[in-house]
Amino acid sequence: MENRYYIESFSHVNNGIVSVNGTPVFKTLETDFKSVMKLAYKQLIVDYPKFFKMDNLSKLGLLAANVLLREESEKNIAMVFSNRASSLDTDRGYQDSIKDATQYYPSPAVFVYTLANICMGEISIKHKIHSENCFFVMDEFSPETLSSYAAELMDENKAKKVLCGWVDVDNEKYDAFLYVVAKKGTFVHSDAEINRLYKTTHEQ
Amino acid sequence: MSSDLKQELKKKIIEQLNLEDVTAAEIADNDPLFGDGLGLDSIDALELIVMLDKDYGIKLADPKEGRKIFESIDTMAAYISANKA
Repeated sequence: MENRYYIESFSHVNNGIVSVNGTPVFKTLETDFKSVMKLAYKQLIVDYPKFFKMDNLSKLGLLAANVLLREESEKNIAMVFSNRASSLDTDRGYQDSIKDATQYYPSPAVFVYTLANICMGEISIKHKIHSENCFFVMDEFSPETLSSYAAELMDENKAKKVLCGWVDVDNEKYDAFLYVVAKKGTFVHSDAEINRLYKTTHEQ
Repeated sequence: MSSDLKQELKKKIIEQLNLEDVTAAEIADNDPLFGDGLGLDSIDALELIVMLDKDYGIKLADPKEGRKIFESIDTMAAYISANKA
């Protein structure tokens, strides 16, 4: 792939740590997902109570995106996300609420999150961004898929920047890696570089 | 109308609608639940309709009825007291 674009910044959320460009901005020894999200919210987001109504995938995505977008003025930002479990973590919760025919009370608030791309909708609402978005479900993180899609969006002027990456939650296992593709930036937008940045915290 | 029921409703709303950092003591009986009050939204309204059915055996045939019923804890408690199965 020709290196026409750059990676402006990147974030990771895993193992109780939220980092930006490889530097931790939040750490906790808590291990359960709910506690980690609550503590991270209180330190990094604040004053957005809707956060607690979201499903786990949206919480994770919003947290990883928020540290990259909180001072961003550009609103024409596309999103290209990916993960392995899609919305399965939430789907199971919804299934539990309807599996007993004698206690059949489907929750509207859970049902609305039974699609992986709702996560991108929540980020769009929080940061008032509007552009193309796409969510790929794949076995493992694939820089090639994301980079070609992001470059195409930039080439065709569909967006000024593209927020890309991996946001995956399944049964208390969580992992997020997001990065902003732009015309200027610190890192070259290449598959090898994306892979290197993705592994920054995974090899610690 | 029972103040126990009002207290129970406040606790259920906080728990079922995931109202983080809100306590029952902070919700006045006549506070608006939507808009400038507790800030509930349309999905919350649907959750409250499910709650009426699940916990009090009250089925709302027309969701639009919820607009009046869910104005405040006072109006919810009055409706439940009058219609509880």
